[in-house]
Amino acid sequence: MSSIDGVMRRKKLKRFWNGFKNNRMATTGAVILVFFSVAAVIGPVLFPYNPMEFGTVETILQPPSTTYYLGTDNLGRDIFRNLLSGARISLMVGILATLISMFLGTSIGIMSGYFGKTIDSVLMRVTDFFLVIPWLPLVLVLVAILGSSVWIIILVIGLTSWAGTARVVRSQTLSVKERPFIERARAIGADHSTIMMHHILPNVFPLVFANTILVTAVAIISETTLSFLGLGDPTRPSWGMMLHYAFQSGAASSGAYWFFLPPGLCVVLVVLGFTFLGYAFDEILNPKLRRR
Amino acid sequence: MKLLRVENLKTYFHISEGIVKAVDDVSFSLDDGQCLGLVGESGCGKTTTALSINRLLPPEGIIEGGEIYLESVKLTVLSDVEIRKHRWKDVSMVFQGAMNAMNPVMKIGEQIAEAVVWHQQVTHQQAWNRAKELFELVELEPGRIGGYPHEFSGGMKQRAMIAMALACDPKLVIGDEPTTALDVMVQAQILNLLDRLRKTLKMGLIIITHDLSILGETCDRIAVMYAGKIVEIGSTEDVYDRHMHPYTHRLLMGFPNIHRPKLMPEPIPGSPPDLIRPPSGCRFHPRCDYAQEICQEQEPGMTTAGNGHSYACHFGGAFNG
Repeated sequence: MSSIDGVMRRKKLKRFWNGFKNNRMATTGAVILVFFSVAAVIGPVLFPYNPMEFGTVETILQPPSTTYYLGTDNLGRDIFRNLLSGARISLMVGILATLISMFLGTSIGIMSGYFGKTIDSVLMRVTDFFLVIPWLPLVLVLVAILGSSVWIIILVIGLTSWAGTARVVRSQTLSVKERPFIERARAIGADHSTIMMHHILPNVFPLVFANTILVTAVAIISETTLSFLGLGDPTRPSWGMMLHYAFQSGAASSGAYWFFLPPGLCVVLVVLGFTFLGYAFDEILNPKLRRR
Repeated sequence: MKLLRVENLKTYFHISEGIVKAVDDVSFSLDDGQCLGLVGESGCGKTTTALSINRLLPPEGIIEGGEIYLESVKLTVLSDVEIRKHRWKDVSMVFQGAMNAMNPVMKIGEQIAEAVVWHQQVTHQQAWNRAKELFELVELEPGRIGGYPHEFSGGMKQRAMIAMALACDPKLVIGDEPTTALDVMVQAQILNLLDRLRKTLKMGLIIITHDLSILGETCDRIAVMYAGKIVEIGSTEDVYDRHMHPYTHRLLMGFPNIHRPKLMPEPIPGSPPDLIRPPSGCRFHPRCDYAQEICQEQEPGMTTAGNGHSYACHFGGAFNG
């Protein structure tokens, strides 16, 4: 019995793996993300970086050399080391903010769709509020009030990016809850929370999963935007923070390409990696988009 | 003691067009281990009656009057939390179209175990073993218990659905069109299975169907519903051979019978009435061949014909003469 089961599972995994392997977007995205994850995890261990340690007049704005692989910034700090610890911050903010956003979006979407009526109206008006209000001014105000530690930034990005997910999950819940197996679950005597957790969530999960990867990309851009505008955490310089310093010190006009190019490229690559992976998963898992 | 008593049940749906009297003053009862067939056209209130017993009506459906007793428990007055404890443990259901009544992303065994765990203080492993036992009981290969619904054929799914219905040793099983969408051979197998299980497990059984022909071998009693009312109820023999209501007569004429002289099956003209504005008097009069003036004006009461056989018609048995 379990062997038949196991064979089926292995077959499914194999089919997924083959689809993944032969999808150029998926492999490219995965390679980029694996590269940056490894860099974020072991990079700062091999090349520790202290943003409070400034250089001397001689080491300010040095172009790339063998001592400073990617040169130094306007305060004499090593760009390469900064880049590695920035990877850690950017990925962490992206992933944690996405978790908050997914948790909120999924639970609000499911509850709204499942209960309907007043609860639905209230929750969807709140969702509309978050969808309609201009994102940047709201976040600027929130961060300005709450302070700009990295945890606050995670929280603020998480709290402001769930609305789209909630909408999508709600509409899928509306269709799932009308299916007869939900009635059967009610007939068994299951209560609302069991029905939502055991029967609706697994059926809307593929949607949540596909959304997660794409929201991560958005969260990383959001963090970069905030940091670039000077709302980042100065004790934990992310890529956005580096761009902020580069912009402030006029790196672009003074020709210090090593100052703004590496963080800029890193942001673009990571976001590209997540986007590639998100679309590729959609293509592999959604039979309607599968190419034969 | 009666297993189930439904007394003057009135279930209405409040929708924007008005009030749909889906079940209007329905009474019947069921003894321990008995099988009742509930038959009628689509939209005559069969399923609504069944859902009222378990209080599984959609929010628009409200039980406006009447009582439902399961043994001595009055189901109609229980709170939402209390009724949940009775669902499945006392009254379980076999849904129509088992293919849709299973969660596609859950293993079938898991779905059966879910019901067991919900009502009994058992570990997951015990529930899983119980599910295997049930698989054997409904003649399914216990090894297939880890399969997903899409890996089962229609008949197998219906068997698994029955296994699920038996999970907590219910006193009453309601089969809501349990054989619709199955081919005739599988239909017969499923009905035999239900009948055998009813006898070995001594549970009450209600089979809801629009097909009178499948009830003959399984049911002890048959209730014929039309437009939210029971128009005739009696033992299977009485309803088949000594029916008095013209609607029952037309239903029986609607399918070929090998014991009858060769005649073409005759459809019933027209369609069931709009239950927001039901016809005056006898609700069947616009489609009845024997309707007279009194049928339009006065609603017929239940006439008793002995042996628990009764019917609601001013001219019972008119088609015989």
